[in-house]
Amino acid sequence: MLKNLFKGNDEENSTEPVNVSEEKENTTNSETEEVSEEVVSLGGLFGRLKEGLTKTKKGITDRVDDLVKSYTKIDEDLFEELEEILITADLGVNTTMEIIDQLRDRVKENRATDPREVKGLLKELLTETLEEVANPTLDLKTTPSIIMVVGVNGVGKTTSIGKIAHKLKAEGKNVLLAAGDTFRAGAIEQLKIWGERSGIDVISHQEGSDPAAVVYDAIQAAKSRKVDVLICDTAGRLHNKKNLMNELGKVFKIVKRECEGLSQESLLVLDATTGQNAIQQAKIFKEVTDISGLVLTKLDGTAKGGIVISVSKELKVPVKLIGVGEKLEDLQGFEPKNFVNALFD
Amino acid sequence: MIFEGLAEKLQNTFSKLKSKGKLNEQDVTAAMREVKMALLEADVNFKVVKDFINRVKERAVGDEVLESLTPGQHVIKIVKDELTHIMGDTQSKINFSNKPPTIIMMAGLQGAGKTTTCGKLAKLLKKQGKRPLLVACDVYRPAAINQLETVGSQVEVPVFSMGDKEKPVTIAKESVAHAEKHGNDVVIIDTAGRLHIDSNLMNELKEIDNEVHPHEKLLVLDSMTGQDAVNVAKEFNESIEINGVILTKLDGDTRGGAALSIRGVTDKPIKFVGMGEKLDELEAFHPDRMASRILGMGDMLSLIEKAESSFDQKKAKEMEEKLRSQQFTFEDFLEQLEQIRNMGPIGDMLNMLPGVPSKQMKNLNVDEKELNHIQAIIQSMTKDERTNPGIINGSRRKRIARGSGTSVQQVNKLIKQFEQTRKMMKQFSGSGMDKLKKKGGKFNMPFFG
Repeated sequence: MLKNLFKGNDEENSTEPVNVSEEKENTTNSETEEVSEEVVSLGGLFGRLKEGLTKTKKGITDRVDDLVKSYTKIDEDLFEELEEILITADLGVNTTMEIIDQLRDRVKENRATDPREVKGLLKELLTETLEEVANPTLDLKTTPSIIMVVGVNGVGKTTSIGKIAHKLKAEGKNVLLAAGDTFRAGAIEQLKIWGERSGIDVISHQEGSDPAAVVYDAIQAAKSRKVDVLICDTAGRLHNKKNLMNELGKVFKIVKRECEGLSQESLLVLDATTGQNAIQQAKIFKEVTDISGLVLTKLDGTAKGGIVISVSKELKVPVKLIGVGEKLEDLQGFEPKNFVNALFD
Repeated sequence: MIFEGLAEKLQNTFSKLKSKGKLNEQDVTAAMREVKMALLEADVNFKVVKDFINRVKERAVGDEVLESLTPGQHVIKIVKDELTHIMGDTQSKINFSNKPPTIIMMAGLQGAGKTTTCGKLAKLLKKQGKRPLLVACDVYRPAAINQLETVGSQVEVPVFSMGDKEKPVTIAKESVAHAEKHGNDVVIIDTAGRLHIDSNLMNELKEIDNEVHPHEKLLVLDSMTGQDAVNVAKEFNESIEINGVILTKLDGDTRGGAALSIRGVTDKPIKFVGMGEKLDELEAFHPDRMASRILGMGDMLSLIEKAESSFDQKKAKEMEEKLRSQQFTFEDFLEQLEQIRNMGPIGDMLNMLPGVPSKQMKNLNVDEKELNHIQAIIQSMTKDERTNPGIINGSRRKRIARGSGTSVQQVNKLIKQFEQTRKMMKQFSGSGMDKLKKKGGKFNMPFFG
């Protein structure tokens, strides 16, 4: 009964700017089996995104629904509970409070008297926050273009590079990889295996050699071989290690100098399971390597990945790609609307 | 930076509180709001925070504020004690089997740092006289075996691998036979990173568990993990019943609230922490340090404790007596100086003093080098010279300067200041130290001008 009520409300709620088809709303509001069916039928990007986010979605959605149903009027308890949901999704205290404050204003503006409208408004707000900085495309106009991939240890840099390379190759691009992680045991080997899987060459030196030299060589090779995209791996490093960040700064300088006039992307890989520290990571990596976009990995777990909302908001850096699985093709372009819809469907 | 956040907020919360006495419910509730924020910012799971706050509230209401602390500091102390208590004792020990080999299995999410930690643990055990064997059971991630082999050669520990075509459970089983044959008394099994909701891979872990019956099953968890840490810890614990946790990447600047979340849902000890990329950087877990870190207060909390324990009424009285009767000597001064310096940087110490507004103290820079010089000068004096500074003549001064690596001018300056302070002390007969403290809000300690 309540379910139907809620559905009815959603359909009536035409002021909602997020244009979700009614069919979709129906499916998700009924049986989960139908959701998976729909995923298959949607296929491609959106389907996979949804598939990857099913866990996340269920968590937040169910709770918001439960919550919304259990309140008869909009009061402080409702806001407090919403706060809890956002915090549990790793949005952090500050972002959560800001968003809840904005939500209060919206509720007033819209003269919302029904708690069930609140969900739509919250969804709207989160989407807007992400859309403000959204830019899902990689700038790869020139030949060659350079993508540098950075991040702390264990977030999935090398795996993401394997996936990005695979994707670009599938788009018909000529790709080259640079094994810039000369520190971690097995890192060069790992990148080479990814290269082999997609039939892509890897420029590498020995373990322990100067990463700046590897990247320099790779840039020269990329120019002379006329490849379309060069992707440079770098060693994972904690952002509070001064000397390691200086080393990275040096690599970045070489890329900037040698690739003047060429398209450059500097991607920071963030692990969706990471908590508030991700903000600090993004801040410092941005200072050192002028981050142009984020890659959010490991979204196929139970982690909500809400930290990207805080990072986008604070640093105005767009999320470009998300990793939703271990397979080569489990990397998708990030779209705020889909992301938030998948959270709240 | 975060410390100032919480400490200042608590200071403000309690600024209206004139009398010390007991903590009432209203004050504690206000303070707990700030503590709650701090814990959430540190990534402690929301539910764990809620439980924790309720517990602390119960304990704090009606508590007598310690003489040496402000109410804000007192609340922090209670919070920290409780945090430390929850995180358990130091249990950085591996349970060795009576019948070797002892089998240790490492498990965790992707990128937590399992392989590196395996290498670190092997090195640590080798140092303790064990003969570990590393086992490469990660057959999925490209070059994972290669990585373990490299790590193994770096710590000079043999690595058992059967390539990436065999099933992990087979590899684990074979490795134990191999260890028995080759006299390895510890077997460390490196498993592939897996999501806690991946039932196939979790079953694989159970299979290994059922086949080789590890004596230690350790969950390796990234200390930067956010709210999801509870799900991860819970699922791994329910699947294979872990014996303990290793927190990695704690050399970063994360507050590490995950440590508390884990305890909140599993009750399993945190055994070790990874403190760097080098293979000897595996350290014992210290609950008290972790508590300070989660609260974002660094060493400040230990300072509170130290200040508390070194605040000895009797000794302070004695010192006051001495000062008044001009018996205060360089010997006493040196002792006092060392006592203070033991507590940590002077700047921080002053921050801790009750009644001193932390904002005013921010700009105060105490020259630690200057204190080194003072210490060296006094230490270069003979016993006689220290108790009876009057006998220090020109040639003695020269000797002291040479001995302490300072100049005669510096020695002169110190002696002059010392004499002046002694005279000044004498003037404050009666109320003595109290008057000194009250002097214009400025905190005048002898020699820190």
